[in-house]
Amino acid sequence: MEFFVAQILTGLANASSLFLVACGLSLIFGVTRIVNFAHGSLYMLGAYIGLTLMETLPGHVGFWGSILLAGIAVGLIGVVIEMLVLRPVYRAPELFQLVATFGVILVIQDLALMIWGPEDQLGPRAPGLRGVFRIMGEPIPKYDIVLLIITPIIALALWYMMARTRLGVLVRAATQDREMVGALGVNQAWLFTGVFALGSALAGLGGALQLPKGGADLLMDFTILTPVFVVVVIGGMGSLPGAYLAAIIISVLNVFGVTYIPQSTLVLMFLVMIVVLMIRPYGLFGREEVAGEHGQVGEPEEPIKPASRQTRLIVAAGLVLLALLPLIGSNFALVLSTDILIFCLFAASLHFLLGLGGMVSFGHAAYYGGGAYVAALLVTWTNTPMELAFLLAPFGAGLAAIIIGWVCLRLTGVYFAMLTLAFAQLLWSLVWQWQDVTGGDDGLVNIWPSDWLNNNTAFFYFALLFSVGGILVLRHVAHSPFGYALRAARDSQRQAEATGIDTQRVKLLAFTFAGFMGGLAGALFVFSKGSVFPNELEIVRSFDALIVVFLGGVKTLAGGVVGAAFFKGVEDILTRFEYWRLVMGLLIIFVVVVAPEGIVGSLRRAARRIGLGKEQPS
Amino acid sequence: MSVVLETRGLTKAFGGLVAVDNVSFQLQESELLALIGPNGAGKSTCFNMLMGQLPPTSGEVFLMGEKITGLKPRQIWRKGVGRTFQITATYSSMTVVENVQMALLSHNGRIFRFRSQAHRLYRKEALALLDMVGMADQADRHCAVLAYGDLKRLELATALAHEPTLLLMDEPTAGMAPKERIALMQLTADIVRDQGVSVLFTEHDMDVVFAHSHRIMVLNRGALIAEGSAAEIRANPMVQEVYLGGGTVFGAEEHADA
Ligand SMILES: Nc1ncnc2c1ncn2[C@@H]1O[C@H](COP(=O)(O)OP(=O)(O)O)[C@@H](O)[C@H]1O
Ligand SMILES: [Mg+2]
Repeated sequence: MEFFVAQILTGLANASSLFLVACGLSLIFGVTRIVNFAHGSLYMLGAYIGLTLMETLPGHVGFWGSILLAGIAVGLIGVVIEMLVLRPVYRAPELFQLVATFGVILVIQDLALMIWGPEDQLGPRAPGLRGVFRIMGEPIPKYDIVLLIITPIIALALWYMMARTRLGVLVRAATQDREMVGALGVNQAWLFTGVFALGSALAGLGGALQLPKGGADLLMDFTILTPVFVVVVIGGMGSLPGAYLAAIIISVLNVFGVTYIPQSTLVLMFLVMIVVLMIRPYGLFGREEVAGEHGQVGEPEEPIKPASRQTRLIVAAGLVLLALLPLIGSNFALVLSTDILIFCLFAASLHFLLGLGGMVSFGHAAYYGGGAYVAALLVTWTNTPMELAFLLAPFGAGLAAIIIGWVCLRLTGVYFAMLTLAFAQLLWSLVWQWQDVTGGDDGLVNIWPSDWLNNNTAFFYFALLFSVGGILVLRHVAHSPFGYALRAARDSQRQAEATGIDTQRVKLLAFTFAGFMGGLAGALFVFSKGSVFPNELEIVRSFDALIVVFLGGVKTLAGGVVGAAFFKGVEDILTRFEYWRLVMGLLIIFVVVVAPEGIVGSLRRAARRIGLGKEQPS
Repeated sequence: MSVVLETRGLTKAFGGLVAVDNVSFQLQESELLALIGPNGAGKSTCFNMLMGQLPPTSGEVFLMGEKITGLKPRQIWRKGVGRTFQITATYSSMTVVENVQMALLSHNGRIFRFRSQAHRLYRKEALALLDMVGMADQADRHCAVLAYGDLKRLELATALAHEPTLLLMDEPTAGMAPKERIALMQLTADIVRDQGVSVLFTEHDMDVVFAHSHRIMVLNRGALIAEGSAAEIRANPMVQEVYLGGGTVFGAEEHADA
């Protein structure tokens, strides 16, 4: 019993930062409908800034003052981000906001690296709060008790602000009905900025408050992101009480998980989330999302046509040149080209889902990494020959996609995106924690192809065949009746249903097909590297694919492939520099704000402006 | 003459608001039946229940004597019902003819085909349908750049793709110029005559209604308050009350509401 109470108290104390960060995110989403993926970065900044301040400001006042100041500083940084990056994308589809905030993540990562260096930093102890209290005989750190008391106070203060102040009234009005804010005679832009600042400040506060428990390091942005999203989604996007309740549920669950089933704490968290969403699709306190809250950017998508004879010839010539690469290129060029080819297939599979189907999946790495792991597990545990493992991998990924798709397609918009992300994270945590089978962090190694493929040249041709083949199949399906039906379901679900098309079935099949192709890319990947690690299933991998599809141009058929080739190429050059993330982040933000149609879209437009070809190949 | 469509006690409540209140009517074969009523009377809601977009709170719908309440729109479409919407919805990323081809593909059970190229299939049939509504010359234009009136005609061509026995048209001429309206309804009347389709339509332009419909029903605040020929409706004091009392005069209404 004593132990039990102590566990709950620890859980509640841990909930503190989680709640602060989550309610900031939720607040921002409620008012602006933006999912701020950079929220973890703001949390990290809060920790670093707090730490720097604590080193200069002495004593009690210094410690608590630093925390407060860190919150304020991060709030101000939030203002800058909001005004420069987010204002241009408020009316854009979710994908734009994801990509823009992902650019911010990269920029902040490198800035933090520049300023604070790569070493993990230990947080200072809170003055006067060293040691433990004994509660029913169990030792509880004093600082935990303070957190336990502070969190409800902050929650109450927030509640008071929402319930009693003018800002609160506006925020609630905006959360419920965006049109109403205009009617209340408020400058919407400043309300958004203010709310973003407040949400950022809360994240910064959360980061600074956890210093004595966790310190600061450069990975904390992504480490916190996952549980924060789980909390926000379980609680209901936009709901503060929801965030509070969910933060407590997740933290307490986690503490008990660590004690009783240390091998599956992460899995547990995502299972809870998925169960909640299956029962209450919009979270515990969430409100149903009104469709069409996100607008479109740029010109409407153009009709597609099979490539002209001329384009086919150009592509064929390019492929012939590529096939000659082993004769002229270096070994390095071969390996890089193989990587690019594989990534192009991965991106093309996501583009099929996203561009043609309008399904913004934030967890496409599940199928890429999933395919890779299916092949690796078969080889490792059943001694399956490489050829068979390679063939079975996409089917494994497709099977995962059909199950995940079936659950996720009950939702739309941001909720669909979040749920796909949750499933990808579920797979990731399974692989991460089920060490006996998957090797966990150490991955699975020695997954080499059969002898006839076991040199760079042979595997290059193998990858060329399957990547190009896969991409051509994807393109061909885009032009088939099924591809058209998929676009029909995206353009107007109502019209498609009213003319006999079962849009859910079409979407589920497309989801499965995209998962299958992603799995094929993953299988190519694992045999090209000879190993696979959990990071192939990570959020970052999903975001990579989303970003290249975006950079290439969502509304053009070639967007995925062009974006992937460009991105991989640039990445290879950039990563030789120390601060490549900064450059990449700025580049991404630049594209979102200035050239939202992506590479192919912008090129096409430029070509048209100078009077080249009306009918550009897409 | 047989009854194509029948409703019995059709009712829809949104929370406390009864948008459609106990509506019962019959539509005969080859009949062009108009459903009129002021804005917010419940016409679109009624259409949505007929084709399964909305489940009724109570009441039933019969198509050729078969109960279709509770079926999904796509199932009702397969039974031979076509529909156009008050707010047009076309596939904006496709060309005009591809929009019609899409319906033909669906009608011919070709949605789950992966090998053939969609833009080659049923093109001739689609062009014939477009020709019928006078859109053949725009067949290869991008749908997103069409004028509103052209979109409405495209929607009609699409709705005719599976040779429906019943056509539901919710404000088919909204947003069109007066001349265009007359032409479109004349076209619809021709189709009814030539192909034996039955049509239920709503319309704000009373000239159009009186000129083309065989019979008129008047809906007010969800309830049917009158039914009869053009002359009967014109003379009906209750109808006049509804329209004049609502501050509008016959023929002077023009809306693009939801
Ligand atoms: N989904 C809905 N939820 C709540 N009220 C609705 C909904 N759809 C329509 N209504 C209401 O039902 C009434 C009838 O609307 P509608 O059928 O569109 O009228 P009409 O087409 O005759 O103009 C209106 O008062 C409208 O506000
Ligand atoms: Mg209406």
